[in-house]
Amino acid sequence: MDGKPGRGFRAIHLLLIVPLAAQLWVPFYNHAEPALDGVPFFYWYQILWVALTALCLFIVYRVDGAK
Amino acid sequence: MSAALMVFITLFLLVTVLGFYASRWRAGDMSQLSEWGLGGRRFGSIITWFMLGGDLYTAYTFVAVPALIFAGGAVGFFAVPYAAIAYILMYFAFPRLWSVAQAKGYVTGADFVRGRFGSRSLALAIALTGIVATMPYIALQLVGIEVVLAGLGIHGEWPLIIAFIILAAYTYASGIRAPAMIAVVKDILIYATVIAAIIVIPAELGGYTKIFAAVPAKNLLLSANPFNNPGMFSYATLALGSALALFLYPHAATGVMAASSRVAIKRNAVALPAYSLVLGLIALLGFMALAAGVKTMPQYAGAFKTFGNNFAVPALFLQMFPGWFVGVAFAAIAIGALVPAAIMSIACANLFTRNIYREFVRPDCSPAHESQVAKIASLFVKLGALVFILEGQSKTAIELQLLGGIWIIQTLPSILIGLYSRWLNGTALLIGWACGMSAGTWMAAQSGFKASVYVLHIGSFALPCYAALSSLLLNIVVSFVLSFIFNAISAPRDDATIAEDYV
Repeated sequence: MDGKPGRGFRAIHLLLIVPLAAQLWVPFYNHAEPALDGVPFFYWYQILWVALTALCLFIVYRVDGAK
Repeated sequence: MSAALMVFITLFLLVTVLGFYASRWRAGDMSQLSEWGLGGRRFGSIITWFMLGGDLYTAYTFVAVPALIFAGGAVGFFAVPYAAIAYILMYFAFPRLWSVAQAKGYVTGADFVRGRFGSRSLALAIALTGIVATMPYIALQLVGIEVVLAGLGIHGEWPLIIAFIILAAYTYASGIRAPAMIAVVKDILIYATVIAAIIVIPAELGGYTKIFAAVPAKNLLLSANPFNNPGMFSYATLALGSALALFLYPHAATGVMAASSRVAIKRNAVALPAYSLVLGLIALLGFMALAAGVKTMPQYAGAFKTFGNNFAVPALFLQMFPGWFVGVAFAAIAIGALVPAAIMSIACANLFTRNIYREFVRPDCSPAHESQVAKIASLFVKLGALVFILEGQSKTAIELQLLGGIWIIQTLPSILIGLYSRWLNGTALLIGWACGMSAGTWMAAQSGFKASVYVLHIGSFALPCYAALSSLLLNIVVSFVLSFIFNAISAPRDDATIAEDYV
């Protein structure tokens, strides 16, 4: 195995606090407006954050490199 | 024979052939447990993606999540943030589990706990928790098949029994290679169904504005008071608790350990949310079924009576899709039941063989004997699930599955915290586990096993919280406090792993 033993913490990992907070702090999104094509905010916001969570993970993965 | 039934049977036959053919795919020595049960740890990023996608997003998920939303609206949508958050955990913790399993030849999470904490009784507790939490989940996959069979107008026990004999036979012969291969077909069918559904159905129903207009106002959003039940606080605890539990399930750990590298796991943490996106869209089908008014249509009344709201999505497809595409969509759900059922039964068989049979019954058994025991155990696990459903215990299975989430999360301190630290004491973890199991079960029992949210009374303040999360908190506190005491008075136990094993 390459890399040194340890937990491999990097500052970029803190980026993942953003999707956690965005999805677990429900008052952020518990409303109907602005609706998107008739879909209330509550629903499209959470579906959007699935994609944004993947994006944040992708950024972290690229910075971490293939380790 | 209807077009739907013809397409359904054709697709089912196709995956049956694939299931048996799979034993020759990247052939290995099937007399080794790591070959039969983990495919020789040779699944690359793409196969792992299909397999974990097929494994985690089960037929029951695709039926039950929209059913929850059909019945209760916003409260059921927690499955979506849950299925996103879980991957943050996967990204960090599970490459470590993969590495240590690779270095030490571990096949199950309980194997790791045995090595890390040197405690046979703790490993046994972890293995038993995994088995009892997974078995009702297998039974629910059968409910998924039953629902679509009823949608195709097929009733009686025989079709279900035949489907399960086929499943049992190719799992026995091919091990995890069978569901890995079938998962590719299943996932393609699911994606096709969902894309068609979100294009065709909203158009036929007159757009999303009309669809959401059909939703009762009180179900559209969560209660404005965060501490109502259901409300925003319980919603967040359900999402977080379910995310923490997901990768502790044996079938998830099995999928992770079967990957060929750490990088494959990290890439999958990035790419698997694609399925969560699909889940979000499938969840909206619950509202579409509501807007289509399927529940009051006389032709579906019988099936709704038998299966309750779980018939909402099948009824919607029958109503909206042409016959042949109903066949595709229903095959997607039925095949979607076979993949997780196979992997779950393999995961349970691995646990039984490694952590009960070899640990307590035949410590000297040969690898070939070990693999044979696992194959037979996988048959018994599936048979148990089949008998359960044929006995008409679907409701009990649903209640047990709800408990399963509360139970499996109690393995978090041993497995997840154990991946980062050896400070915790095995005996302390075992007592913490017992406290969490009892408290969580008791909380669920207060609702007659109907609800997983339990209202905690702190002084005069009422806090509705997912019972898995509150009982886990108790488990963690007990584990840490007792570890502090036990570590002070006793010599540390052997740790079979070293820091280099985890990276």
